[in-house]
Amino acid sequence: MAPTTVRARRASRFPHLLVLPAVLLLAAFVVAPGAYALLLSFQRRKVNGGLLGGGTHTVFAGLANYRDVFGDADLWSGVLRMLALGAITVPATVLFALLFAVLLDLEGTRLRRFTRLTIFLPYAVPGVIASLMWGFLYLPATSPIGGDRVDFFGRVAVYFSVGNVVVWGAVGFNMIVIYTALRALPPELHESARLDGAGEWQIVLRVKVPLVMPAVVMCPLFSTLAALQVFNEPNTLKPLSNAVTSTWVPLMAIYDEAFGNSDIHSAAATSVVLAAAALAVSFLTARLIQSRIQQEAQ
Amino acid sequence: MTTLTRAPAAAPVRTAAGPAARPRPALLPTAALVLGTLYCVVPTLWILVAATKSRTKLFSTDTYAPSLDLGLVHNIRDLSHYQGGIFWRWMLNSFFYATVGGVLASLVSAATGYALAKYTFRGRNALFNTILAGVLLPQIVLAVPQYLLLSKAGLTDSAIGVLLPQLFNPYGIYLCRIYARSAVPDSLLEAGRIDGASEARLFLSVGLRLMGPGLVTVFLLQFIAIWNNFLLPFVMLTSDDKFPLTVGLYSLLRHGAAEASLYSLVITGTLLSVLPVIALFLSLQRFWRIDLVTGALK
Repeated sequence: MAPTTVRARRASRFPHLLVLPAVLLLAAFVVAPGAYALLLSFQRRKVNGGLLGGGTHTVFAGLANYRDVFGDADLWSGVLRMLALGAITVPATVLFALLFAVLLDLEGTRLRRFTRLTIFLPYAVPGVIASLMWGFLYLPATSPIGGDRVDFFGRVAVYFSVGNVVVWGAVGFNMIVIYTALRALPPELHESARLDGAGEWQIVLRVKVPLVMPAVVMCPLFSTLAALQVFNEPNTLKPLSNAVTSTWVPLMAIYDEAFGNSDIHSAAATSVVLAAAALAVSFLTARLIQSRIQQEAQ
Repeated sequence: MTTLTRAPAAAPVRTAAGPAARPRPALLPTAALVLGTLYCVVPTLWILVAATKSRTKLFSTDTYAPSLDLGLVHNIRDLSHYQGGIFWRWMLNSFFYATVGGVLASLVSAATGYALAKYTFRGRNALFNTILAGVLLPQIVLAVPQYLLLSKAGLTDSAIGVLLPQLFNPYGIYLCRIYARSAVPDSLLEAGRIDGASEARLFLSVGLRLMGPGLVTVFLLQFIAIWNNFLLPFVMLTSDDKFPLTVGLYSLLRHGAAEASLYSLVITGTLLSVLPVIALFLSLQRFWRIDLVTGALK
């Protein structure tokens, strides 16, 4: 791995050159917008006084925007709705993905290629398009699944209707992640477990699933991050139903603040809080995964 | 994409049991998978049926039965005439953004991942950790400040404004680093150096070539991410001739909320937007190396 000093010198510029595009992009589109959002979140617009008024200027606002964010009842209901939605989508996605992956891996299963591919396909369908398709399936006027009798946009039903679109798009990818890990297990494992007298399902639950745990735990992490950022599905269903308001989930509220009310400062403060929450979730999950893997290694 | 012509080594398939020991068909697991498959294709099938119906029939006829009176042809014609054929413009835009963005993002990821894996240089660990944090940071939260910054540079409502932020793909870099590590042997690079090859030449003719199969996966992941992206173009773009499909169909739906006759156009557009990506997806499926995604954990 360690190159000799002459080569190290000769090579010293090249790796920097290689990473330069990524560094520039990172600076311009992650660090700068992040810093800018932070700056905006501590500022506020003030209307100029005086007879010639009408203009506004930007003033330092301290934590006032954050106080507003935490005091915003509308946003909190959005957070609650997001949590309710996540409580449906995360377990449903992971469980169905795990179930399908295990079924695909069973020896006697037929139509493997076909079913695997078809269940994976919705991954290539944009959330907006998926929401349009399901939206018309839910809409009473066009629904072939009983939308004229069941209210898919009812007070409770709406969470399942939105969640269904999310799960539909996510199961396939997660299934493939787990399935690939299952296929990578050595076949002897299965043989020896069977020789020990274990039944097919015992092998699955006691041998296979624990061994692919590192791949399985990726799924709740991906799904939770997606749940925090849910936007496309409810935003697309909004024109179809009054049940979805313009501040239905936090990201919709941010968009509404920034472009509906033109209050970029308040939108920035909300963005910062949401980003912090997402970072905390991913950090905690990453730690949890790491400690689990270490435990298993011991 | 000349590397596309050569298939990567097929995933190991368990054939140890041999044809003689082909197990009994497992009916229940197969049935469960077929149910899952049905769930995944039902929205697409229904949209296919609905797209065959004329405006008036959409809301009146039996929802399951396709209309056989050339409704689909009329709908496609209507859609193609809508605002001077803007739908096809959206389709073209989506392909343009996804292809160009996917190729460039993969190259950036490849260069960065290769440098991180194959060289020791100052700032390497700091850079890698920052990129890892980028994996965890929700890109979507950055959309609003990205818009504000790009509007200062006068780049909003342009293809560049949509493309540039999507060229930095922390996950792609992460995957490329793993892939460069496992697929590009140090000994080969050393041998090249002894033969007097420059570092740049080594990267282009040894590194990139050996990373090929992995890069196809990185490209496909980014292609689909850009194809599916809604929020960034939704925030960035105002002129509808620059919209990708997702934003275009959403805007059509919003108009449709006021004018129900547009619904059949939305439905036809949804169908037409799902078909090419499914075709692309099926034709490229043997190049998917999802094991790369899971291998990341080992």
